[in-house]
Amino acid sequence: MTEKSEDMPQVATVDSAPSVGASLPASAPPLQQPFYRIAPPEGFLDLNLREVWDYKGLLYFLVWRDIKIRYKQTAIGAAWAIIQPFMTMVVFSLFFGKLARMPSEGLPYPIFYYTALLPWTYFSGALQNATNTIVENQRVVTKVYFPRVILPLSAVLSGLLDLGISFLMFIVLMLYYRIHFAWTILLLPSFLLLAVATALGVGLWLSALNAIYRDVRYVMPFLLQLWMFASPVAYPSSLVPERWRWLFGLNPMTGVIEGFRWALTGHGKPPGGLLLASMGIAAVIFCAGLVYFQKMETTIADVV
Amino acid sequence: MSSTVIRAEGLGKQYRVGEREGYLALRDILMRALRSPLKVFRPAQSELMWALRDVSLQVEHGEVIGIIGRNGSGKTTLLKILSRITRPTTGSAEVYGSVRTLLEVGTGFHPELTGRENMYLSGAILGMSRREIERKFDTIVAFSGVERFIDTPLKHYSTGMQMRLAFAVAAHLEPDILLVDEVLAVGDLEFQKKCLGKMEEVSGSGRTILFVSHQMNQIRRLCKRVLWLEGGEIYKSGPTAAVLGEYESAMTTPNGNAVRRARQVNAKARFVRWRIVEPASKQENVVAVSGSITVQFSLEVYTSVQRGHHGIALFDNDGQLLWGRAAENLDLPIGVTELAYSFPMMPLRPGVYTWRVTLYDENGLVDRWDGVPEMIIATENYQHSRDEWCGILNVPSRLDVRQSDSHRVNRL
Repeated sequence: MTEKSEDMPQVATVDSAPSVGASLPASAPPLQQPFYRIAPPEGFLDLNLREVWDYKGLLYFLVWRDIKIRYKQTAIGAAWAIIQPFMTMVVFSLFFGKLARMPSEGLPYPIFYYTALLPWTYFSGALQNATNTIVENQRVVTKVYFPRVILPLSAVLSGLLDLGISFLMFIVLMLYYRIHFAWTILLLPSFLLLAVATALGVGLWLSALNAIYRDVRYVMPFLLQLWMFASPVAYPSSLVPERWRWLFGLNPMTGVIEGFRWALTGHGKPPGGLLLASMGIAAVIFCAGLVYFQKMETTIADVV
Repeated sequence: MSSTVIRAEGLGKQYRVGEREGYLALRDILMRALRSPLKVFRPAQSELMWALRDVSLQVEHGEVIGIIGRNGSGKTTLLKILSRITRPTTGSAEVYGSVRTLLEVGTGFHPELTGRENMYLSGAILGMSRREIERKFDTIVAFSGVERFIDTPLKHYSTGMQMRLAFAVAAHLEPDILLVDEVLAVGDLEFQKKCLGKMEEVSGSGRTILFVSHQMNQIRRLCKRVLWLEGGEIYKSGPTAAVLGEYESAMTTPNGNAVRRARQVNAKARFVRWRIVEPASKQENVVAVSGSITVQFSLEVYTSVQRGHHGIALFDNDGQLLWGRAAENLDLPIGVTELAYSFPMMPLRPGVYTWRVTLYDENGLVDRWDGVPEMIIATENYQHSRDEWCGILNVPSRLDVRQSDSHRVNRL
């Protein structure tokens, strides 16, 4: 168990503590209470949220690094964030729309699919990044201490910029089809939050698992493909028989995608019960993920 | 004024042998489950090993403590536990003050980012805030000596430049307690000196430092107290002069081999010393320049040995065998025999290495010795600028790019 006592200067604010360079006489006098204690891992959950907050500076730099590197390493940089959902939208509109005549709740197919691909592209990217993050940062994990939860958290947050960029394309589409945003767009942040929480919750599980079992990453593309077809990306959830709708709602991404469609266009019904189920299950996955991650955190540096 | 900043009680760390080798794959677990469905729920049978056992220590404010011991004696594990990178299996510790750990230089560096960007990133990973880095930016850049390239991506830096920048960031940490592991063993000697000076400066400002090193001269210069680990336990601790004296004699004289458990001896002969004799230098275990070297092992022979068999091997820090050879039919008279090995070069990546020498006669093992101190390679790196592409073999190379249809040659 490592914990910091409450009333001590915190790590991230080290620059506000007496700063002592070679030019200054001495380091601060020793503390009266332990800065932290070290002991074998025990207990169910000793998550130290306050400590995570203390490391927000590191979180900022990790997100910044992810974004910077992604845009430096790709030739077309930010355009990539648009091309991926846009091309998928074109393919879906052609095959599921024009050819299969999928119902689209009265929306033009490009709008219908793009509203779903916005959160889905974010989610699948964020989940993949989160899954690999511990292994990719293995050098850092085995050499420096920080709350490990920062890593999947930064992976999930850094995907938000791409989402923002692809949203610009969505505005263009809305203008082209002359559809007005409805007041429901004000609720979009809550659906976005649900998407982030789901990606982080599952990401916590998978990043820890991937550190131990290296083939988890190979399962990812397959898992994400299955998951996409279990979510109302290519079809509306009204296509699912009423009797099974609750089961469908157990997939948190159902609530997210239906929510995005509704919030962005105002078309369709607000995803009431479905959304509640999605939120409930996302909360369960998230909390269980935290517990599991915390358990693994104590040994991650030994196995990664 | 003195008060305790680290108080550790019975720290121990147990590893599963082989846990660090190879990664588990789900595939393997599934296969195991198919073969014997019940066994999956039983923990795998594997040997447990104590990397650290029952270590208690108390560190006072402002102390600079050297930690010595051979490879695998638990030095790094101790630092990792104290810095919370890994948890102990047993025991507990209390730490009074902010801690920064320096287990390697350049942690978190990314080749695509510029020197400036990497400074911020590395600083953040090591625990500095953005404002702190901004405030020290100019000092750090000046210390590193890479001003001109600060906005160049790191991948265009030479290894030496990367190291400079990395250490410059690390050297400007201002924690209450600094844990340093062997980082001064990298880089060329000039830079090592600069770093050592910085460490002295830091220790002079009243900070507490725990310092792992294989270079006894560094320990002597910096530390008042030394902790000697052997097989994961504290073998001895006390004033630097006393402990180092004992350490060095234990490692080099026949009488002091109490700690050399693996050494089975029937007292006919003993390896007592090794050193680099060519090129001659004050630090007889450090290879500072590439080129030919001669390594000499001193063997004290008490009873003459007929038809002796002598083996030698070189291991890296992970215990991997790098080189070995043997000589047979040696007749050794009573007295001291010097075995001098000459190499045209020692093309190894900078780091810490161990010599092992053995002597057998017709009746079996006479002596086996893991040379102490370890050999330190501190030459220039001739390899890839990215660490993950640096192999063990550090040879200078030349690249010719030729077009087969023309006769143009670009030499890089």
